[in-house]
Amino acid sequence: MEKSIKRYFPIFLGPTFLAFIIGFIVPFLMGLYLSLCDFRTVTDAKFVGFSNFAKAFQDAEFLHAFLFTSAFTVVTVVLINVIAFAVAMVLTQNVPGTNIFRTTFFMPNLIGGIVLGYIWQLIFNGILARYDLALKISAKYGFWGLVIVLCWQQIGYMMIIYIAGLQSIPGDLNEAAEIDGAGAWQRLWNVTIPNMMPSITICTFLTLTNGFKLFDQNLSLTAGEPMKQTEGLALNIFNTFYARVGYQGVGQAKAVVFFILVVGLGLLQLRMTRSKEVQQ
Amino acid sequence: MKNRKKGWIATAILTIVAVFYVSPLFIVLMNSFKKKAFINLEPFNMPSEKTWIGGENYANAISDYGFLKAVLWTLVITVGSVVVILICTSMFAWFITRVSNRTTRGLYTLCVFSMVVPFQMVMFTLSLVTDRLRLNTPWGLIIIYLGFGAGLAVFMFCGFVKSIPIEIEEAAMIDGCSPLRTFFSVVLPIMKPTYISVGILETMWIWNDFLLPYLTLDLNKFSTIPITIQRMQGSYGRVDMGAIMASLVLAIIPIIVFYLSCQKYIIKGVAAGAVKG
Repeated sequence: MEKSIKRYFPIFLGPTFLAFIIGFIVPFLMGLYLSLCDFRTVTDAKFVGFSNFAKAFQDAEFLHAFLFTSAFTVVTVVLINVIAFAVAMVLTQNVPGTNIFRTTFFMPNLIGGIVLGYIWQLIFNGILARYDLALKISAKYGFWGLVIVLCWQQIGYMMIIYIAGLQSIPGDLNEAAEIDGAGAWQRLWNVTIPNMMPSITICTFLTLTNGFKLFDQNLSLTAGEPMKQTEGLALNIFNTFYARVGYQGVGQAKAVVFFILVVGLGLLQLRMTRSKEVQQ
Repeated sequence: MKNRKKGWIATAILTIVAVFYVSPLFIVLMNSFKKKAFINLEPFNMPSEKTWIGGENYANAISDYGFLKAVLWTLVITVGSVVVILICTSMFAWFITRVSNRTTRGLYTLCVFSMVVPFQMVMFTLSLVTDRLRLNTPWGLIIIYLGFGAGLAVFMFCGFVKSIPIEIEEAAMIDGCSPLRTFFSVVLPIMKPTYISVGILETMWIWNDFLLPYLTLDLNKFSTIPITIQRMQGSYGRVDMGAIMASLVLAIIPIIVFYLSCQKYIIKGVAAGAVKG
């Protein structure tokens, strides 16, 4: 059978493979190469070695963006996962109307980052205006504003994954623990959470990478103001490319650093939580 | 008895939380009917006689900013890309799963790798490539989305193909079906649930995507919903809060209609995508 399928490879593989080359492989390889070049357009690219990376690491704004994004990611990963897990626990008990609540909490997830940012800008500014303040006057407001927006968007998504995980735990495990005299907390820590590790792995991975890659919400809610104090890594890279003349090479170098960071963190996290998963 | 009472208390608390949860959307809806000068001053007040403006903000969003055109292009890009992604990547995934050699395993690894690469890594060079190849139209964008969205789709389809018993396909081929016919009349119907899951995940991504179309489309000729909203807020003179509110409402309505009409599949699709992820 394999042989007769093989002859059809241009039809089965052709379209996707061609698009994959244009849309991913070529830009990726070009990006790697250009991070080592000085250029404005590609035709004038001149090989300069690692000087772009040196410039990137000396850029105080880039380092600030890194710290901002790291703090933001830590806060959102913890908040989103703890709240989503708790909501999922409640909604899998016999709560009347549980389906309506699932539908409601999931909904913000479908709204795009740009739209979300402007919805919440109106609300935050409306609240802050009562105290003669505004969202863009302090980095503190911008930071917590972004945290609220991301929580609002993602809690529902993670909740759905946690609910699916909770429903796949065999009910007799909990019953057996109860008969053995385990309290509610003991059952949570010793039965539910160990069995939920696959879901926890996925949700922390998703929230970690989403937090790190945050862009749309950052652009629409604060645009980095005041004074780039709320500029995350992705936005900083974007601004290096498109708002500073002659910095394209540095921008590409930052993008490579960003890529390595995201992949490295993702792999590290997967390894850490996977090792805690139990076999059923 | 005690448990039921507890359940109702939880329902009461959750209802209050749920009302707060959706309130931002209603606040935006409310403000879209106010005169623009009043939106920033008192966003939480219901429109009164003094502040009511009716549908004028909507008219402005459509006539001054070409919002309907943006909706149309977003629809073309999303539907076109999702259909192309579903057909092409499912064929790709079936092939590389059934023909197992070093090349196909390499292709699979490449697809998984592309899933974790952040867009910032390729954004600048991708916009150069699309300009050079004249793919900076909504139609060209479909090709770009096929290339950039292939990773997740191939990954999910491969997971499913592995679970289909190969005997069914062998039987079809022995009966004289060509591989193409086998795929379309045997494999495709079995994979329907995966088509729905992948379709929903890709739709959610492409409909809301801002940066990729912003950097690759020829913005003098084309726009999408997120791009139009971002430009309204941009530095072109005074910001028309009224038109922005109306556009936000117009942007959210199709999503909510889509969600409510196939929420069962959406929630299942998300859960399925996560298990495979």
